Amino acid sequence: MLARIRRFFARRSVLEVETPLLGAAVNPDPYVEFFTVPDGGRRHYLQTSPELAMKRLLAAGSGPIYQIGKAFRRGDIGRLHQPEFTLLEWYRPGFTLDQLMDEVAALLQALLPERVAGVTRFTYGEAFREFTGLSWEAPLSALRSKAEELDIPDAARLCGDDRRHWLDLLFSVAVQPRLPASRLVFVHDYPACMAALARCKPADPSVAERFEVFVDGVELGNGYRELTDVEEQRRRFQHDLRLRQRLGQVVPPLDEDFLAALAAGMPECSGVAIGLDRVLMVKLGRRRLSDVLTFPLQEPS
Amino acid sequence: MATYSTNEFKPGLKVLLDGDPCVILENEFVKPGKGQAFNRVKFRNLKTGRVLERTFKSGETIEAADVMEVEMQYLYNDGEFWHFMDPNTFEQVAADAKAVGDAAKWLKEQDLCTITLWNGEPIAVTPPNFVELEVVETDPGVRGDTSGGGSKPAKLETGAVVKVPLFVQTGEVIKVDTRTGEYVSRVGK
Repeated sequence: MLARIRRFFARRSVLEVETPLLGAAVNPDPYVEFFTVPDGGRRHYLQTSPELAMKRLLAAGSGPIYQIGKAFRRGDIGRLHQPEFTLLEWYRPGFTLDQLMDEVAALLQALLPERVAGVTRFTYGEAFREFTGLSWEAPLSALRSKAEELDIPDAARLCGDDRRHWLDLLFSVAVQPRLPASRLVFVHDYPACMAALARCKPADPSVAERFEVFVDGVELGNGYRELTDVEEQRRRFQHDLRLRQRLGQVVPPLDEDFLAALAAGMPECSGVAIGLDRVLMVKLGRRRLSDVLTFPLQEPS
Repeated sequence: MATYSTNEFKPGLKVLLDGDPCVILENEFVKPGKGQAFNRVKFRNLKTGRVLERTFKSGETIEAADVMEVEMQYLYNDGEFWHFMDPNTFEQVAADAKAVGDAAKWLKEQDLCTITLWNGEPIAVTPPNFVELEVVETDPGVRGDTSGGGSKPAKLETGAVVKVPLFVQTGEVIKVDTRTGEYVSRVGK
């Protein structure tokens, strides 16, 4: 699989790069928890993805790049999660989100010919409506009744007044498992509240240019038309840091090197990260990540 | 008070939910793309036997339940309580009808049962998987019919009624699977 991926990118003249796993800063996303590594009086952070470092390379003029490497996320352990996992991440200067989805489809179809027989695309709004009967902009009370109808206990306690939590919960429980099987399914144009590091559509700022790709309900990857506006990026990071503080989480330093690179100018581009362990799991028809890893951390059992 | 965090959840863990002791049957960690992670958990309420589902934000904690399963010998029923004894410590407990439930009809004196204790009090009784009980009442079977092919009800010494092959006679001892309530075989004396 790894050899095939490298051939795919070599043919397309995408450069393989390597960036550090230990960094002085880390993506502050409050829902992706990182490991802090003490080193004498200093602290390093194990990277939750190579995204910020690769974007610094893009700003320095690297051109199209990809990386196959480890990423670490604290506390994520379950059937489809391991705290240490392998990511394939790549960036395409000049690509629209559409072009990148086509390239992701080409790669995944080449890697999973036995599992996928075609490609389906939904906008987030279409997928949400198709499988819940609701608009993602529906009043919270409608989302709440839907959760009751689906018998999801504790939904109100978990989600409170946060639309993003309601959407995530309903999407995970009602949409994801019902996406068409045996196909590559792209869900794109996410609500802006789930933009993460994606750009919002210039013509419709309520929608973020982000996609996720699924096979048989398993999320394999997440892609963005990358945010290049440094001021907007700084605002989002500061918002994340404040939320971390409120949630009582570790608050890492702002990644000023990354922000400086954005300020110097990162080319317009699209980028994506694919969980390679999950791709292998799907390829081999297994249900648990631990089935396809050498020496996985065991779930409590 | 001991507590468990969602990342310690695993099948078999005994916890307190809404004041009742429960055991975790299944635990699934769910994490949306870039969103809040949660655990969908199935429990069995150890008092009522009912299965229930709950959802927790990852990182939430719940209280541990002091629940133990102990092998104990059934002694006698005093009309209200069923009395059991730990054969190692000779400690005795008395279980009420709610705790004994359906197990009552399989309990024979001296048999070893599994007693579920919560804070030292019996809340459930599991009879042995197989019990040997005497038939006290059944219609006379057809003589010489040992091939099976038909069945009839038989009342056992504990009051349970099970279906037995036609050749089984009153006074014989039979082996019964308590999980299904089905006849297994005759037991030679």
